[in-house]
Amino acid sequence: MNVLIILIPIALLLGGLGLAAFLWSLNSGQYEDLDGAAERILYDDPHDKRPHL
Amino acid sequence: MGETVTAPDWGETVLTVSNMHCGGCVRGIERALGETAGVAEARANLTTKRVRVRFDPARIDVQGLVKALASTGFQAARFDGGLDAADSEQRLLLRSLSVAGFAAANIMLLMVGVWAGLAGDMESVTRDLFHWIAAAIALPTVAYSGRPFFRSAWSALRVRRLNMDVPISLAVLLATGMSLWQTWTGAEEAYFDAAVMLLFFLLIGRFLDARVRGKAREAAGNLLALSATEATVIDQETGAHHRIPAGEVAVGDRVLVASGEKIPVDGRILEGSTQLDTALVTGETMPAAAKAGDTVYAGCVNLGGAVTIDAISMADDSLLAEIARLMENAQQGRARFVRLADRAAKIYAPLVHTLGAATFAGWMIYGAGVEQSLMTAIAVLIITCPCALGLAVPAVQVVAAGRLMRRGVLVKTGAALERFAEIDRVVFDKTGTLTFGQPSLLAPESIADDDLRLAASLAAVSRHPLSQAVVRAAEERFGTIGAAPDALETAGAGIQAGNVKIGSAAWCGVTDAPQQDQTALWLARPDATPVAFHFHDRLRPDAKAAIDTLRGWGMRTAILSGDEQGPVAAVADELGVDEAHARLSPKDKIAYLENCKANGVRVLMVGDGLNDAPALAAANASLSPATAADISQTAADMVFQGASLSAVPEAIAVAQAARRRVFENFGLAVLYNSVSIPFAVMGYVTPLLAAAVMSTSSILVTMNALRLRGRSAP
Repeated sequence: MNVLIILIPIALLLGGLGLAAFLWSLNSGQYEDLDGAAERILYDDPHDKRPHL
Repeated sequence: MGETVTAPDWGETVLTVSNMHCGGCVRGIERALGETAGVAEARANLTTKRVRVRFDPARIDVQGLVKALASTGFQAARFDGGLDAADSEQRLLLRSLSVAGFAAANIMLLMVGVWAGLAGDMESVTRDLFHWIAAAIALPTVAYSGRPFFRSAWSALRVRRLNMDVPISLAVLLATGMSLWQTWTGAEEAYFDAAVMLLFFLLIGRFLDARVRGKAREAAGNLLALSATEATVIDQETGAHHRIPAGEVAVGDRVLVASGEKIPVDGRILEGSTQLDTALVTGETMPAAAKAGDTVYAGCVNLGGAVTIDAISMADDSLLAEIARLMENAQQGRARFVRLADRAAKIYAPLVHTLGAATFAGWMIYGAGVEQSLMTAIAVLIITCPCALGLAVPAVQVVAAGRLMRRGVLVKTGAALERFAEIDRVVFDKTGTLTFGQPSLLAPESIADDDLRLAASLAAVSRHPLSQAVVRAAEERFGTIGAAPDALETAGAGIQAGNVKIGSAAWCGVTDAPQQDQTALWLARPDATPVAFHFHDRLRPDAKAAIDTLRGWGMRTAILSGDEQGPVAAVADELGVDEAHARLSPKDKIAYLENCKANGVRVLMVGDGLNDAPALAAANASLSPATAADISQTAADMVFQGASLSAVPEAIAVAQAARRRVFENFGLAVLYNSVSIPFAVMGYVTPLLAAAVMSTSSILVTMNALRLRGRSAP
């Protein structure tokens, strides 16, 4: 059972990282425009200098 | 050093764009603004249909931005308001929800181990360690995520009331406290998972509820921003004209209203006389004359020559002050409405508390110790705590509001749906609600081609609603109509081109016209008998079908109009409504509603005018078209877009379906409780049972709510 000493902190740390990532994305406004985000991925990269075909 | 780089003082504004529909629009908008001189950055939001623009105020103003968008085909308007309280409430709930979700998952991970260990060979030291870790996660979570409930429960208790949040807070706090004690004493069971999971599920319900309101407020805000008008203010010292948003006009400002413009603010005419289309204010279809000294109201359309008005405040005019006072009284009456969840809580909360107390007393009498009796009583509180009950209402309402939103009906609050489900009488305003609020030519087929063409070529120079109606009818028949080059309008009388005249009977020299028919136009030529054009206010499509549907459901229908007896009776006959009342003041409309209330009749008011606003606020439920006066849209529970009146029966049908689902959900929650409560009272509730009951009942309730989604709109 000694392995728990390592496994439980790891489980909590990973879960905590997930929570922190979610709170960060929420605060940085990544959920403000879910419909728009789905469309923006289709745009051409403005820095892409290759000619468009 | 010595160099002065003049970084522009960036201004930031938010515009709402009504026709932003797809990713292509987002790109088009950002490109159009990006290529406009003076714009630093533009970011469009497809979900809220708004664009945030950062620009250099020295080089471009908001009007310039709107124009830049208009030139690429996007209809935009300034949106002021920014980040409001509702938005931050949603964020707080979402943050609490995510923390509770994290905690629930991790505690569950530990507890599954304990449950498995209870059946197996887990050592008590390991079990205690698991409990302590669970406690370390649960305590901060309860303190953080429980705030929305604790706050609401505390504010209810302070005024000696019980709401649903009181048993919720009690259950969460007691479960946490008891589990801490259990952990301290090294007992076999702890309920940390139950406490946190309870919070998690309830926060989902709370968040959904906030989202219904947030989404509707967003859409309603966009509508109001788009309908907002601009005013031309005259600088009283220099005489210069400035265009500013109507909302920024101060009392006492001089405002110039050009011909054909909407009057931007309430005011008194200083100079000029004109005719006004007052359909949005008084409900009358026919234009009214206005001269210097008369009070005019925002929303009227100036049909005659330009006038200068002096902006006045609400308190300065009898009609506006009266409407403001009536609205205030009406809103106080509305506040007495008790929501379904609170009504359920009124029965449920005392029951739960009594049951908990009775369990404690029972076990004490049976001879168990204080500790065991208390444990069992708390277990009863946890298991009866309305997890599914907290989700029962919001889950249904979010689905119902979404379904109505797809049909163009904005639901302002969840309570609006509950009120719509209860009504048994529907009362309509006439002008602008049942009808379009503008006259159209009656029986155009009876007028000869030549007459119509000639009449329209004269009428094309006028903004008078009757002239416009003639032009519309002619355009339907012939396509575009050119205006007669020498046509001249005499305000309030008619139009003349050479020796051809169109106008009132007196102006055209018609002597045998029926006296009472003032709404006719006559076309007079030198050597032909004058031709009469008659008009009526056209009904909205589906008005008849909507009324028939309502009557089919056994609801009484009525018209309450500020218009004259004649037109009201005509519409009432055509639609077959049960009662029609004409020439009503805003006060009369309220009196009618009060009378209904006294007889126990619950009324839905559908109206659009300024004169309907108090009635919209006073009725049990209210609906207004998106073309309504601002104040009416704000007062109404729901706002519908588009021309069709079928929104009325649709909203009622969805509200009633939602109510049925809510009751089914209450039934499911009660069923679950009635199965689990006996176990709890007898002391057989394990944390495992509590967790299972909570999650399955919550999922079942949510699935039942989703049934309301219905087939996609036809």
